[in-house]
Amino acid sequence: MPEIRVTPLGAGQDVGRSCILVSIAGKNVMLDCGMHMGFNDDRRFPDFSYITQNGRLTDFLDCVIISHFHLDHCGALPYFSEMVGYDGPIYMTPPTQAICPILLEDYRKIAVDKKGEANFFTSQMIKDCMKKVVAVHLHQTVQVDDELEIKAYYAGHVLGAAMFQIKVGSESVVYTGDYNMTPDRHLGAAWIDRCRPNLLITESTYATTIRDSKRCRERDFLKKVHETVERGGKVLIPVFALGRAQELCILLETFWERMNLKAPIYFSTGLTEKANHYYKLFITWTNQKIRKTFVQRNMFEFKHIKAFDRAFADNPGPMVVFATPGMLHAGQSLQIFRKWAGNEKNMVIMPGYCVQGTVGHKILSGQRKLEMEGRQVLEVKMQVEYMSFSAHADAKGIMQLIGQAEPEHVLLVHGEAKKMEFLKQKIEQEFRVNCYMPANGETVTLPTSPSIPVGISLGLLKREMAQGLLPDAKKPRLLQGTLIMKDSNFRLVSSEQALKELGLAEHQLRFTCRVHLHDARKEQETVMRVYSHLKSILKDHCVQHLPDGSVTVESILIQAAAHSEDPGTKVLLVSWTYQDEELGSYLTSLLKKGLPQAPS
Amino acid sequence: MAAHLKKRVYEEFTKVVQQQQEEITAKKLRLTKPSKSAALHIDLCKATSPADALQYLLQFARKPVEAESVEGVVRILLEHYYKENDASVRLKIASLLGLLSKTSGFSPDCIMDDAINILQNEKSHQVLAQLLDTLLAIGTKLPENQAIQMRLVDVACKHLTDTSHGVRNKCLQLLGNLGSLEKSGTKDTEGLATRDVQKIIGDYFSDQDPRVRTAAIKAMLQLHERGLKLQQTIYNQACKLLSDDYEQVRSAAVQLIWVVSQLYPESIVPIPSSNEEIRLVDDAFGKICHMVSDGSWVVRVQAAKLLGSMEQVSSHFLEQTLDKKLMSDLRRKRTAHERAKELYSSGEFSSGRKWGDDAPKEEIDTGAVNLIESGACGAFVHGLEDEMYEVRIAAVEALCMLAQSSPSFAEKCLDFLVDMFNDEIEEVRLQSIHTMRKISNNITLREDQLDTVLAVLEDSSRDIREALHELLCCTNVSTKEGIHLALVELLKNLTKYPTDRDSIWKCLKFLGSRHPTLVLPLVPELLSTHPFFDTAEPDMDDPAYIAVLVLIFNAAKTCPTMPALFSDHTFRHYAYLRDSLSHLVPALRLPGRKLVSSAVSPNIMPHEDPSQQFLQQSLERVYSLQHLDPQGTQELLEFTIRDLQRLGELQSELAGVADFSATYLQCQLLLIKALQEKLWNVAAPLYLKQSDLASAAAKQIMEETYKMEFMYSGVENKQVVIIHHMRLQAKALQLIVTARTTRGVDPLFGMCEKFLQEVDFFQRCFIADLPHLQDSFVDKLLDLMPRLMTSKPAEVVKILQTMLRQSTFLHLPLPEQIHKASATIIEPAGESDNPLRFTSGLVVALDVDATLEHVQDPQSTVKIQVLYPDGQAQMIHPKPADFRNPGPGRHRLITQVYLSHTAWTEPCQVEVRLLLAYNSNARIPKSPWIEGGEVSPQVETSIEGTIPFSKPVKVYIMPKPARR
Repeated sequence: MPEIRVTPLGAGQDVGRSCILVSIAGKNVMLDCGMHMGFNDDRRFPDFSYITQNGRLTDFLDCVIISHFHLDHCGALPYFSEMVGYDGPIYMTPPTQAICPILLEDYRKIAVDKKGEANFFTSQMIKDCMKKVVAVHLHQTVQVDDELEIKAYYAGHVLGAAMFQIKVGSESVVYTGDYNMTPDRHLGAAWIDRCRPNLLITESTYATTIRDSKRCRERDFLKKVHETVERGGKVLIPVFALGRAQELCILLETFWERMNLKAPIYFSTGLTEKANHYYKLFITWTNQKIRKTFVQRNMFEFKHIKAFDRAFADNPGPMVVFATPGMLHAGQSLQIFRKWAGNEKNMVIMPGYCVQGTVGHKILSGQRKLEMEGRQVLEVKMQVEYMSFSAHADAKGIMQLIGQAEPEHVLLVHGEAKKMEFLKQKIEQEFRVNCYMPANGETVTLPTSPSIPVGISLGLLKREMAQGLLPDAKKPRLLQGTLIMKDSNFRLVSSEQALKELGLAEHQLRFTCRVHLHDARKEQETVMRVYSHLKSILKDHCVQHLPDGSVTVESILIQAAAHSEDPGTKVLLVSWTYQDEELGSYLTSLLKKGLPQAPS
Repeated sequence: MAAHLKKRVYEEFTKVVQQQQEEITAKKLRLTKPSKSAALHIDLCKATSPADALQYLLQFARKPVEAESVEGVVRILLEHYYKENDASVRLKIASLLGLLSKTSGFSPDCIMDDAINILQNEKSHQVLAQLLDTLLAIGTKLPENQAIQMRLVDVACKHLTDTSHGVRNKCLQLLGNLGSLEKSGTKDTEGLATRDVQKIIGDYFSDQDPRVRTAAIKAMLQLHERGLKLQQTIYNQACKLLSDDYEQVRSAAVQLIWVVSQLYPESIVPIPSSNEEIRLVDDAFGKICHMVSDGSWVVRVQAAKLLGSMEQVSSHFLEQTLDKKLMSDLRRKRTAHERAKELYSSGEFSSGRKWGDDAPKEEIDTGAVNLIESGACGAFVHGLEDEMYEVRIAAVEALCMLAQSSPSFAEKCLDFLVDMFNDEIEEVRLQSIHTMRKISNNITLREDQLDTVLAVLEDSSRDIREALHELLCCTNVSTKEGIHLALVELLKNLTKYPTDRDSIWKCLKFLGSRHPTLVLPLVPELLSTHPFFDTAEPDMDDPAYIAVLVLIFNAAKTCPTMPALFSDHTFRHYAYLRDSLSHLVPALRLPGRKLVSSAVSPNIMPHEDPSQQFLQQSLERVYSLQHLDPQGTQELLEFTIRDLQRLGELQSELAGVADFSATYLQCQLLLIKALQEKLWNVAAPLYLKQSDLASAAAKQIMEETYKMEFMYSGVENKQVVIIHHMRLQAKALQLIVTARTTRGVDPLFGMCEKFLQEVDFFQRCFIADLPHLQDSFVDKLLDLMPRLMTSKPAEVVKILQTMLRQSTFLHLPLPEQIHKASATIIEPAGESDNPLRFTSGLVVALDVDATLEHVQDPQSTVKIQVLYPDGQAQMIHPKPADFRNPGPGRHRLITQVYLSHTAWTEPCQVEVRLLLAYNSNARIPKSPWIEGGEVSPQVETSIEGTIPFSKPVKVYIMPKPARR
């Protein structure tokens, strides 16, 4: 029995280190290869030893697909390919391919230079890893090998984020990665055609949330920033260098321009400039507005937003600073946060999701006293705001995507178990499809019934069409032909052609049957009676009385002879070919019932 | 009676002329007729290969065929059709048959039999489809003939089983256009079984080809459009199609559902998987709402558009469209809108910065949450934040239409509209501002909403700001803080964009007069008065101060207690503003102040404007004193013209009327002056030089009459008569002057003829108005017409001269609403000292931005003229898309003008100005005597002349010689 097996190595009932193994029709694909923000030990990477204990990973995996450049989806990639060892192809979209190494390098710097970790991947490893990448464009179908093909769909979320359809023969799996069903200031909405995959693996970050309209969110955000700045306070917005940051930048930039504000906006870290450069380049991946106006002005060429220097944090007066990373767990955003936390005029706006264990998560859950490294206690006086700017689909959006793709099964990843439970129940209830939510390391097996394509010759099809009325989609039709299996493909041809192709002679198969009739009359008369009887019953068929004393119904021959022993019994010989089996057996059963009593 | 007889004589005469013309053209037709089909026949016989034949047919198709020769051509084509083996040629012939049968004046029933015949023997699917198309053309040409329609329907049904989608498409199209639903039964069915077309078409809703499915739905819609009532059974079928794989099917299905919902709004349909039942229109509304989140944006636009016109939907469902039932971690969450509202009603003005005020509240029963099939839920929320701006605009429009019909919905959708003001695409912002204006009668803005609205005032687009001013004009504000906020923001706007001055003043005028009680408590603060101390007198020329005063004075109009709060200088400023900006500042009754205007005419009705009265009086005076001595008349006219012109400058709402009358009087004055000339008494050869004045006067009168006719909007027919009459007088004057100055009779003869034709023309155009022209020049002229027709030019001139002198001054009735067209060129400003340099021979693009007021149909009339220093003038026709319509009666022209010239030695100025093109003949075709077909299209579009109507702007340019 063919089946699809799915095993999450990460992101199973969890957010972080997305890594899902899929075997479909004998092909093994790894979806995403991310790290976990909440851990600093071995747990931050997926457990690749699950795939194989010894031996190269390349032998076990046909390809790796990276959905987008967020570190929880690609952070373990150099480790996986260079340190564990994988030489097969890695697929990602061109923007992801461009931006991913920047983020990996940044991540490496923080881990090695700041925290002094040993046994971490090096810059060279990142470079080597990126050499294995193959770019996939939107809606482009890439043949990984003869059977396995993948296709990318637009997913919103961040620049270059894509959903992937993995297809072998007629079986397919769609992996959404992270996606967003509502467009924002710089990206469009995710879209997929009605591809009816066997399995849809979808993220479920906001499984239990239905979000307010984004316009309110935007207005709220601008208002909060504006008021703090007018009060003379400083605003800290911890972001990941790429993704939300650009959206918020565009938002603030246009707002500053419209309201003619003077307070400086800074963007931390040098990698932004590089990243912004890519945003300017990949205009086709952005939303309608930016695509339409970039001829006049590229929206990513900011006028009000300047690069941040560490010394600026102590400057007096209002300012807005975007700083990485987004969950306040390390780096510059944490430094600035520590500097500004004591002043109640200041504000920190958390624009996205925070993983448990990070400072961001702590302050959002209302903790006002934080224990920092070295037993320091930091009192948080500044205002803490949470703006849900995270570009994940909410419950409605997830349902919408499922409705668009019409899968046979749904599998939830990238979310919390409790929330998944709710969504699972909803999906099963409303779409009547099975829904799964495996934990890490747990395997889900789905039986599939792959359809086997059979070629049919046009002549045969036309002949059959001509016989019946219109083909009706709902009613099955009987079709006679010969199935030829040759070189693992199937063809349905007419029997004559099959004979010809196979070089076989045609054998006539004839059935004969004797029917005893009690009839004392002469043979001729019996035949006449049979003839008239059949004529009266089989009105649609051609019944003939031949001069040699036999009766034919279509091609069926009926002859009568006197019984050698009993002259009162006549023997009717009925003979028909295999093709007329239906009519022939009907005739014999008819004749066996006997002839009606003649009025004599 | 005699006059009537004379008129009839002339009428008959003109008819004769026209018939002659017709005969001439008819002769030409007959000459070309036989050659047409014969040539085709010869060509087709000559053709050796199918490609040749195709070429001949293509050539033939380029020329039109006359109705009489169609049949012959058709026969020849059919003949070739039978012989032809090549499918492509047959296809072309079939399409030609279709084209030919559309020829007006040709009845195609004679070729129908042939067409059906060839249809039966045709094998090629493409040709079959084309032939069915031809049959469709024939069928639509003969809508009355029931039998033919039946027969065609029969043919279509027969071919419905064809394997090609193209043929099935055409069959369905045919059924949709010709089929009938009712079994018309008894009469002339003649063996042809009547078919239930709706059922036949409905069967193809499940065809395997999406194109055929689409065609089936379109055919159904076509049946509906033809006025046949679709049966309700179709509704369920259509609903199934909503989940089709193909977008064009879904898009058409949405339309069909909408149609059914409009036909049977009140019938009851069951909700699947429950026992409940709802109205069909509600069910359809829910389904269409669901399509607003379809995968294809084409369908989304379609669905969003149709939602707007479903007014019968119950309010319960309507309000759901704005409700998304937010939740967070399975707990009910309130939307930001709800929170804002609550904050407002609880009296707090801090706006949502409290920690956790968006924290989710009560738990939600997990079983009750319905994530998709919630019908209308949040449809507009989705539509308004769609990725494609086309969808967003459609959603805003739909919102507007629904809100106009339901005040409670208007109140609810306000938050969403306000949010749209911050959309990233300007068009959407503009559209939502306009929408808001349209529904503003039903709504009152809360302060937080007003805040968002006002934030848009800083927008850099002038269109947006002006639209917003218009919106504020008709907005209801609920609190005095709101008014204050609006004023502050408007003043900010004023300092940022000083060009918005007039628009802002106007806006404040309405804001004040709508909310007198809210303005009252703000007055001391606004005027910065102090109970004990005198404050400094503000600068009277400050636009911001004027803006504040406009607000206060308009509020004071209905609030008698307000003037008590004014300080002395305020009253002085009032008097000044009342005089200088009378359209913005209303008349106030100020207690204890004897203002001149109120003291002089206490008996005037309060609503009657004294300036209006002044205008009336001065015009009366002129018209009544027409038998004064010439000197007195001239003086009186001169004074009155001066008065009127001054009045027009002072009172902008009367400017149109005043200018219009002044121009008319000016014409009269010129005429009188010309007739006073001494030249009339002098013998002919002597006054060659002196005649300058008279002929100049005639010319000027002509110009002025054109201005009167075309530069004013709201001119009615009775004014046009008077204007044309004046023009006729000017023409008479011209004729007389020429007669006196030229020797020789020949040119005069032609002129006389022309003049008499003009008179004739005048009579025919304004025959209904002639009774009003008693005793006038034209009246007398028509009396003498028979004599004029026969007399010699010299005599005609003599008669005209005496008649001109005797004719009375016609009273010009004033129209209700009249506005003078005006234009201001905002850009180029014409102040730059830096010449625009470009290489000679190449072009330079000059941005032109102008506002046009009261121009009717500017797309066709407004032109741009560029005058080069060498006297060369260039006329540019702006594209229709360059005109925007920001408000009633106002247009904005934003375009580019391309300049080019040969090289100059030094920079020089070119003049750019706007022209109003006119064509006096375009007015006429309404009269019954000209048949629609006879006026050639050229006459309609041609420009007879132009009137400059803006101040010229000078642009400094410098074409440099090209470098070698």
